[in-house]
Amino acid sequence: MNILELRGISKIYGQLSALSEIDLDVAQGEWLAIMGPSGSGKTTVMNIIGCLDKPSCGSVVLDGQELSALSADELTAIRRDKIGLIFQQFHLISYLTALENVMVAQYYHSLVDEKEALAALDRVGLADRAKHLPRQLSGGEQQRVCIARALINYPSIILADEPTGNLDEANERVVMDILHQLHREGSTIVVVTHAPEVAAHAERTVVLEYGKIARIVLGGDPSKAPEVGEACGAGA
Amino acid sequence: MFWKMLNGALVRRKGKLVMIAFAVGLGVSLATAMLNVMFDVGDKVNQELKTYGANLTVVPRGASLMDELYSLEGDSAEPPRAEKYIAEADLHKIKMIFWAYNIVDFAPYLETAVKGGGQEISLVGTWFNKHLELPTGDEVDAGMNGLKTWWDIRGQGGDDADETGVLVGEALALRLGLGPGDSFPIESLDGQVGATVKIRGVFHSGGVEDEQIFAPLKLSQDLSGRPGLVQKVEVSALTTPENDLARRAAQDPGSLSRMEWDTWYCTAYISSIAYQIEEIIPGTRVKPVLQVAESEGAILEKTQLLMLLLTVLAMACSALAISNLVTANVMERSAEIGLLKALGATNSAISILMLTEILITAFIGGALGYFAGLGFAQLIGHGVFDSAVEVKGLVIPLTVVLVFLVTALGSLPAVRMLLRLRPTEVLHGR
Ligand SMILES: Nc1ncnc2c1ncn2[C@@H]1O[C@H](COP(=O)(O)OP(=O)(O)OP(=O)(O)O)[C@@H](O)[C@H]1O
Ligand SMILES: [Mg+2]
Repeated sequence: MNILELRGISKIYGQLSALSEIDLDVAQGEWLAIMGPSGSGKTTVMNIIGCLDKPSCGSVVLDGQELSALSADELTAIRRDKIGLIFQQFHLISYLTALENVMVAQYYHSLVDEKEALAALDRVGLADRAKHLPRQLSGGEQQRVCIARALINYPSIILADEPTGNLDEANERVVMDILHQLHREGSTIVVVTHAPEVAAHAERTVVLEYGKIARIVLGGDPSKAPEVGEACGAGA
Repeated sequence: MFWKMLNGALVRRKGKLVMIAFAVGLGVSLATAMLNVMFDVGDKVNQELKTYGANLTVVPRGASLMDELYSLEGDSAEPPRAEKYIAEADLHKIKMIFWAYNIVDFAPYLETAVKGGGQEISLVGTWFNKHLELPTGDEVDAGMNGLKTWWDIRGQGGDDADETGVLVGEALALRLGLGPGDSFPIESLDGQVGATVKIRGVFHSGGVEDEQIFAPLKLSQDLSGRPGLVQKVEVSALTTPENDLARRAAQDPGSLSRMEWDTWYCTAYISSIAYQIEEIIPGTRVKPVLQVAESEGAILEKTQLLMLLLTVLAMACSALAISNLVTANVMERSAEIGLLKALGATNSAISILMLTEILITAFIGGALGYFAGLGFAQLIGHGVFDSAVEVKGLVIPLTVVLVFLVTALGSLPAVRMLLRLRPTEVLHGR
């Protein structure tokens, strides 16, 4: 069953076509990587999937729901309920503790539950850092708080834009381990990355070029693996 | 969670909010000072106009200036000099001038220092409600009771029939720890004459009188050794508004032509009434005081307007500063705001959070500013008006409303920015 279906998605900024005619399906529980050179439209796709932005044309079906007809407020509600977001710059609130940062997501979702938030921090190995402010945490630890926050509301799909872009190798490994664990537990994960070794963890990699799907690669590294589809009309 | 976030923002970002609090505080301190002074000045003007509800003062000729300049000098140290006083026996003549029926009321005063309750106290002898039988056969009542109508008296009013019954000023009563019905001994400074007086009432006048005792004239004459004498008389008269003729006459009645002089004399100008009193009680000088109070009133009214203007300006400056600071605050936190939106916070939820934070900051700044402003007000009061400025409760709700308005107005641009902020533009490091 597909949790996400993109059909003929285009995004046009004035003259510039950031995305054109993207078709993409993501299966329930799949781990998908999106790669491509800078400016190829990776973040744009993520924003559309994450209900942060609307496509200029095309349809998005998330968890069985068609999104293109929805208003901004309705999109906010869907994002709140179904999407867990992880960012390259972490975006933790500087004046709240790790625990409170996780609880903010609960607050805007439904109800605050400190025990549950603490459990989420425990899952990413930061239970003992719950009372620390972001500036008292290392980059890797901050990203783990960010992951705890992303998974606190049991999202249908976790979206990570360059989650390891600001981390060193050791921390990258820790973060990828957590994503693997989530994947094993059944989470659907979409990761945007520049780094082939990060993409290598995915089951499938979509390569974007000039706003189009250049190719789709099964498994890890797209530079080594054989191409399995042509750009246009490629699907899973 | 709302409070947790608010608390976090307020406590852990206080460095950034201090400037906002400061901007509000500065504006509020100015506004508080100006409003307090303004209201107080208003009261002072009213009081002055009422005080000179007695609009003529009769003083002994030659003493008119001296008396004012050296009024603090111990009277009992020097032997009474006849030319510095007016004979009590002459006073009824005030009711016998051409414009007698325009004389509403009048009261004599004789001030002397006495010892009482272990300290030196100023005692003023006066008529409270003196019954006079005029040689013309008319009978009138005159005295302070009809002049100081705005005095707020606790207990009974003054009565000339009660020879040892006195009124005590509020401040003095407080200092002596006495109230209506209490009796206490007083004596002249040299200890020669003494009396036990009974407090009929405690009054609030809002002026220096609050530190004084008002007693029947006879008592102060006995205590000061000046039988049958008074220092000055306040007269309340109904008068015709001044015109050019009256002003010329006031400067020098001799400069008028015969016809003009007749017209002037037979019109109830304050200057002609003054002239007639001087005529009938030789050796006196009669000063019209209403004009002074009126022009003073006009100046004070303008001062009040100026202060109101300053208040408005101060608040406008505050609003501008706040607007800049709050906008900078939102800009600095755009990523955080984008994140909250991405996490599903609605525009209104974020706006309320930010506004609450700014308002709390503003009110903390405002509270500090208020107290600083009270200090300013006293400085202004002592520097400009030479008296303490009474703290007006009304200023508190006014400043609260001002802070609220100014902060809300000042935050508008920032809120607009916040509403338009799109998470996609701030979350991906563009
Ligand atoms: N708000 C916008 N207005 C105008 N053009 C935009 C906007 N957002 C993105 N673009 C353009 O769309 C194209 C795709 O941008 P996008 O951010 O998706 O690239 P990306 O693949 O994520 O690049 P990077 O790897 O550098 O993050 C770029 O050429 C970018 O300049
Ligand atoms: Mg990008």
